[in-house]
Amino acid sequence: MTHELNARGPAAGSPKTATREAYGKALVELGRARPDVVVLDADLSKSTMTARFAREFPDRFYNVGIAEQNLMGTAAGLALGGLTPFASTFAVFAAGRAYDQVRQSIAYPGLNVKICATHAGITVGADGATHQAIEDIALMRVLPNMTVIVPADDVETEQAVKTAASHEGPVYIRLGRHPVPRVTPEGYEFEVGKATVLRQGDDVALVACGIGVSIALSAAEMLAARGIRAAVLNVSTIKPLDARTIVSAAERCGRVVTIEEHSTIGGLGGAVCELLSERRPVAVRRVGVPDVFGQSGPPDELLRFYGLTPENVVSAVEEMEGR
Amino acid sequence: MTGLSAGDLERLKTIAARIRRKSLVLIFNRGSGHPGGSLSCADILAVLYGGYMYVDPARPDMRGRDHFVLCKGHASMALYAALSEAGFLPDDITSLPPDHQYLQGHPDRWKTPGVEMSTGSLGQGLSVALGMALAARLDGCGGRVFALLGDGELDEGQVWEAAMAAANYRVDNLVAIVDRNGLQIMGRTGEVMETEPLSAKWSAFGWNVVEVDGNDPGAVWEALDLARSVTGRPSVLLAKTVKGKGVSFMEGRPEWHAKAISASELERALAELESREKGGGCE
Repeated sequence: MTHELNARGPAAGSPKTATREAYGKALVELGRARPDVVVLDADLSKSTMTARFAREFPDRFYNVGIAEQNLMGTAAGLALGGLTPFASTFAVFAAGRAYDQVRQSIAYPGLNVKICATHAGITVGADGATHQAIEDIALMRVLPNMTVIVPADDVETEQAVKTAASHEGPVYIRLGRHPVPRVTPEGYEFEVGKATVLRQGDDVALVACGIGVSIALSAAEMLAARGIRAAVLNVSTIKPLDARTIVSAAERCGRVVTIEEHSTIGGLGGAVCELLSERRPVAVRRVGVPDVFGQSGPPDELLRFYGLTPENVVSAVEEMEGR
Repeated sequence: MTGLSAGDLERLKTIAARIRRKSLVLIFNRGSGHPGGSLSCADILAVLYGGYMYVDPARPDMRGRDHFVLCKGHASMALYAALSEAGFLPDDITSLPPDHQYLQGHPDRWKTPGVEMSTGSLGQGLSVALGMALAARLDGCGGRVFALLGDGELDEGQVWEAAMAAANYRVDNLVAIVDRNGLQIMGRTGEVMETEPLSAKWSAFGWNVVEVDGNDPGAVWEALDLARSVTGRPSVLLAKTVKGKGVSFMEGRPEWHAKAISASELERALAELESREKGGGCE
């Protein structure tokens, strides 16, 4: 399989890019190709990277000020007018502050708004808990009509953003502030609702999204040294979930560990447990933020503090040994 | 004096009376609904759907059309009645079964023809209307957007976010209409939460303010024309209305905000509306 080429995981020292960077770049390209694309931001465009689009297309950019509720409602109205709005702010505000606006004015009426939320998860770092969304996947995926995408790296982000523009209906794309290694294989093509097997294995399935994918790949390498063959799945679409690929990996491996930069409640881990408990009950361990709020700190240190490390994934696998 | 002919005015009054009648029958049939706020805005809806808005039920997606957002989504039955008067919904809407998909408790754009936006959670409609107005401006085909808000709804902070933004973007194809009936569920608006001075507030937010008797179709038409003549900023009609307008035992009574109507109450209400429609009780 061509995927074997990538089986070693992210090489140390390989260039890293924040997914928000890739978003900003993709948005400009979309703007050139698609006159119907408009962008809204709630005064964070330097951080969300929509500033590049704003510079090139000032007539199609709206900084609505620090007003996330109005951000979502205005985006909904632009969608009603036949445009394809991308609405950006930090994930904690997009999914949290404006939750009811997303629910009532975007998801329920099924409007073609693309919510691209950056600074998701604890790797926001220094700003601390108030700015670290650990629950946004959970909040967004319970909304009917909503598609939820968590790209793993810059390549996947760029493709997901462009795909979302052509995908009819509301989409939530979760992006990060912190640079992440490239994990997608050469020739990768993103598809909504399709998970990718990045590494084959029969002993345990590591099911991950976002920054969790590179952690899973590193963990798989460590497990291999111990004679445990781990499969690694990049589940970049949380909703609709790729049930076939996940169930089939669970069947083959009999054990699953989920890895995500999100609360262990309600995110990818929750979604996988819901699926497997009905379709293929197997032992599952969820690696993620363990039902606590974040705090200030350097991103890598926070990842270690909350157990989002390859070592912790290995421990989770070992914990299941002998079952 | 309004530019409307006497005949036009009579026609609008008749439409308003029919909106009131249909609203009450729909609420009676469903055993639930919001009579007070449906009756208060009937004249405004009669003007908008009785000829003021550029809409066509035969071409509901027509480019350059005007748009309407019922921000106060609980007045849904009045909207359905108005859409039935305008030809978007059947004229005999009151004979539909009460659980018909057209008759959602709050408007749903997928279930009811003519409904442009699903609403119900108060405070969100003006933002959506602003987005629609921005889209219409980019489109350049002259479409205008009318948003009908309740005065109790002005308690919601998002309304003021949208108000600030609409003035900031100088959208002059957006008209907010406040159904200023002075009552909300728990009592007088000023007692629940003081939102006055409304005129000064909207002015300070950068809007062109037009105060009008919202139960006088001719005055509403004229106020809309006044709003249209102002460019470079959005307009708001502060439309003074009577909650429960047209039915004596509902007028000015907060308990009729949301309440089922009994058979005998409906009979009395329709008798009153009929006599008013024929000129018996009009001021």
